[in-house]
Amino acid sequence: MARTAILRRLTWTVGKVIARVDETARVRSLTIDVPGWTGHLPGQHLDVRLTAEDGYQAQRSYSIATPGDGSHVTITVERLDDGEASPYLTDVLVVGDQIELRGPIGGYFVWEPGRGGPLLLVAGGSGIAPLMAMLRSRVAAPSDVAVRLLCSWRSAADVIYADELDAIAATAEGVSITHTLTQSAPDGWTGRRGRYDRKALSQLAWPREQEPLTYVCGPTGFVEAVASVLVELGHDPGRILTERFGPTGG
Amino acid sequence: MSFISRGFQRRQAPAAPSDRVPPGQYVTRDFPVLSAGPTPRIGLDEWRLELVGALDQPRSWSWQEFTALTAEDITVDIHCVTKWSKLDSAWTGVPVDALLDGVEASAAFVVAHSYGGYTTNLPLDDLTGGKAWVAYRYDGEPLEPEHGGPARLLVPHLYFWKSAKWLRALELRQDDGPGFWEGYGYHNYGDPWREQRYSGD
Repeated sequence: MARTAILRRLTWTVGKVIARVDETARVRSLTIDVPGWTGHLPGQHLDVRLTAEDGYQAQRSYSIATPGDGSHVTITVERLDDGEASPYLTDVLVVGDQIELRGPIGGYFVWEPGRGGPLLLVAGGSGIAPLMAMLRSRVAAPSDVAVRLLCSWRSAADVIYADELDAIAATAEGVSITHTLTQSAPDGWTGRRGRYDRKALSQLAWPREQEPLTYVCGPTGFVEAVASVLVELGHDPGRILTERFGPTGG
Repeated sequence: MSFISRGFQRRQAPAAPSDRVPPGQYVTRDFPVLSAGPTPRIGLDEWRLELVGALDQPRSWSWQEFTALTAEDITVDIHCVTKWSKLDSAWTGVPVDALLDGVEASAAFVVAHSYGGYTTNLPLDDLTGGKAWVAYRYDGEPLEPEHGGPARLLVPHLYFWKSAKWLRALELRQDDGPGFWEGYGYHNYGDPWREQRYSGD
């Protein structure tokens, strides 16, 4: 496997929020202009450092939801009510504010069109963020890599990037997008219900014979369950890449 | 220049005295899981732990042999590079000193190898002198696969990615070389108190 080592020093930089999108009631996407940003690969993350007037600091990691785009990076943050950093990022920070960050970080959980496929992306809730960077890079590139994106949400109101995903599903060749709702579905919901269990994944994942390249991101229980089922279905564990976050990602 | 985040303030009382929590870390009561791929499932009848590389005689233990070694109960704070720290985590494991006892080695470094292919590198000195264990029980229970069972390295004074899960072998080496995350830009040594998260920190 080719390694994309990033062995230069990562320094803290002050960026400026240039756009804020309310994705759902709890989720915001923040686009930040970072002078001197040297680019990143889809799937990488960055560290945010928040500093209070009394000097108190908190650091958190967030996946970048966009492919490399000059000095712009977009993170998608879900508010955790008992968290410390996420309520600030979702509810306090507005366009024009400054924010301190460094990155990009991580070089394993990354995908570019040159890595091939077929590509299986499996997202649990806001775990879609790094997978969205991959999907966006696939759609933007002249690439014929076939992609299946499987998203799992609690309810229809929790769907992140809903309009963009609908547009991609309607227009992008070779890309299929499936949503499932695990808790409640509105009247008229035509998508799936329930979890990505063995039965669902045996229908929806690429067959193992096609040697898919799989990225799974979401809460630990979700990632554990999906990755285990794929291994049981005969997928090569070496081609299943995971990124997990716990409920305390704050 | 000291940067202030407009409108940011501490929301929670400190969960622990500051001398327990390294810079940039926050305390969690959960036990988050971080791994790069699916969790390997290793049956105890096929499990072996090996000591290989620059030593006089390779050694290897079956599960039965390994768990017959004198184990210690260890209560330590652990610190993950993804920012969480967990205080007073309770483990049972065999000191690495015991595995190395009587070994003639010309090594200064160790690469820990895991089932599933993960690796991480450490100076040998950081695994000896009562600083490291191969742990196989957590909180009084067998170590769950998602947390590294059957057995994992436990090196609590370094960021937790150095505490390789699903440990399969310790390779003694004369020269140092990056393991899995170290090759992706994470710090070669990883001291949480010096906040050595990434290369160059």
